[in-house]
Amino acid sequence: MSYPADFRYTKEHEWIKSDGKTATIGITDYAQGSLGDIVFVDLPKPGAEITAGKTFGSVESVKAVSDLYAPASGTVTDVNGELATAPEKINKDAHGSWMMKVTLKNPGELNGLLSAADYEKFVAEEGGH
Amino acid sequence: MSAAETITPVIRRTALNSVHRQMGAKMVEFNGWDMPVEYPSAGGIIAEHNAVRTGVGMFDVSHMGDIRLQGPEALAAVQHISMNDASRLAVGQAQYSAMLYPQGTFVDDVIVHRLGDDDYLLVINAGTREKDFNWVRDNTRQFKCKVENLSDDFTQIAIQGPKGVDLLQKLTDANLSAVKFYWVTRGTVCGLRNILIARTGYTAEDGFEIYVPSDEATSAMVWNKVLEAGKEFGAVPCGLGARNTLRLEGKLPLYGHEISDTINVWEAGLDRFCKMEKPEFVGRVALEKAKSAGVKRTLVGLEMVERGIARDGYKVLDDASREIGYVTSGSYAPFLKKNIALAYVPSEFGNVGSTVKVEIRGQGVKAQVVPTPFYKRPKKA
Repeated sequence: MSYPADFRYTKEHEWIKSDGKTATIGITDYAQGSLGDIVFVDLPKPGAEITAGKTFGSVESVKAVSDLYAPASGTVTDVNGELATAPEKINKDAHGSWMMKVTLKNPGELNGLLSAADYEKFVAEEGGH
Repeated sequence: MSAAETITPVIRRTALNSVHRQMGAKMVEFNGWDMPVEYPSAGGIIAEHNAVRTGVGMFDVSHMGDIRLQGPEALAAVQHISMNDASRLAVGQAQYSAMLYPQGTFVDDVIVHRLGDDDYLLVINAGTREKDFNWVRDNTRQFKCKVENLSDDFTQIAIQGPKGVDLLQKLTDANLSAVKFYWVTRGTVCGLRNILIARTGYTAEDGFEIYVPSDEATSAMVWNKVLEAGKEFGAVPCGLGARNTLRLEGKLPLYGHEISDTINVWEAGLDRFCKMEKPEFVGRVALEKAKSAGVKRTLVGLEMVERGIARDGYKVLDDASREIGYVTSGSYAPFLKKNIALAYVPSEFGNVGSTVKVEIRGQGVKAQVVPTPFYKRPKKA
């Protein structure tokens, strides 16, 4: 699996794609693969504030619940409603299945995140993928 | 915590461990065993689960334990340590039962197979193998019977699902159509003679469990032949993930969840497997008292009404958000496509249709008590 070069990544396996002011957030292909069949996604509502490094929601596979961690701070402007009824879309296309859009509070935070190459290296060490 | 200070428990492996790894199974630690939780190559838990409901799936369940009781007083010993009535078993018949502590709570649940006149095989859980064996040995000393721990002697493969009978029939000379559910036979399987074949399982589906010698070469040979013979039926390897969701849909108890050393038979709703007309068995006296004292909590099936998945250990709340019980097992149910759970609640909340809440990440999420089992396999036409 290739990780888009224009995304940034967290060690908790979220991706974020930003134009400098706003951003789109989801979870990585590695994350969906380790979770297995995703059956439930719990996301904040538009207007909610998220804080870098803090949980903003959760994703559940058949067997486990995992917290989602915000890659950056900001205000939620849109949530992908499709995932409420079809969470399995994340398994099929993790990098295309965005979870929410945010207005960034401090775009500089993204500099602290992993590049695609670094993330790929990180998951290779973590999971032997 | 540094690695040097940690006492690493020995993780046990079944004889099929390397086969699972070669097949790309995701492995997890379960009760001290390194076991496959799912096979991404088979499509993962949901696909595995539904293969068992509609076709056939196969499981390595070699982590299960086996205790054999043989001798002139083997029946008396089994009767003493188990709550069902083993005197009703014909040779070749099996029954679901449980071993109890004197206080009427569970040592473990067990399948009792009568292999011969004075020859019984108890199939027990992986996590309780040593405890169970010690308990059986200590509680049967007064009987003339030999108690053997055969847990490491078998590779146990479960072939489960409506097509299981057709699959296994390709590999054995035993006439499987003559073997009824919860009966056992012996036959040649994959060229191996005198193999124990039981029409049992833990999936709420028809199926078989075969007990083959536990050396790696034989185990791998049988596993691969079953998989190969199953191709025409769409057979898939299944892991513990699907095993858990399958048994949950069928409300089959899991030790440490629905049954434990603090839960009694009445609470667990296993009355029909507990034969109080038997004059004596360990736990009977306490159970009689518990019954007359009244059963205060009961195991119920819940279906989530609002969005959310109840998980093991989550609190159950009443309408006023007071804590009234807890979830023992909960999951998305892959065949029923609902979020279901089993939970202990006070008996007054046990009626079908009662509404409760399950606390999920701090929120009370509405659920309803529904009839169980959630899933019952269709009767053959």
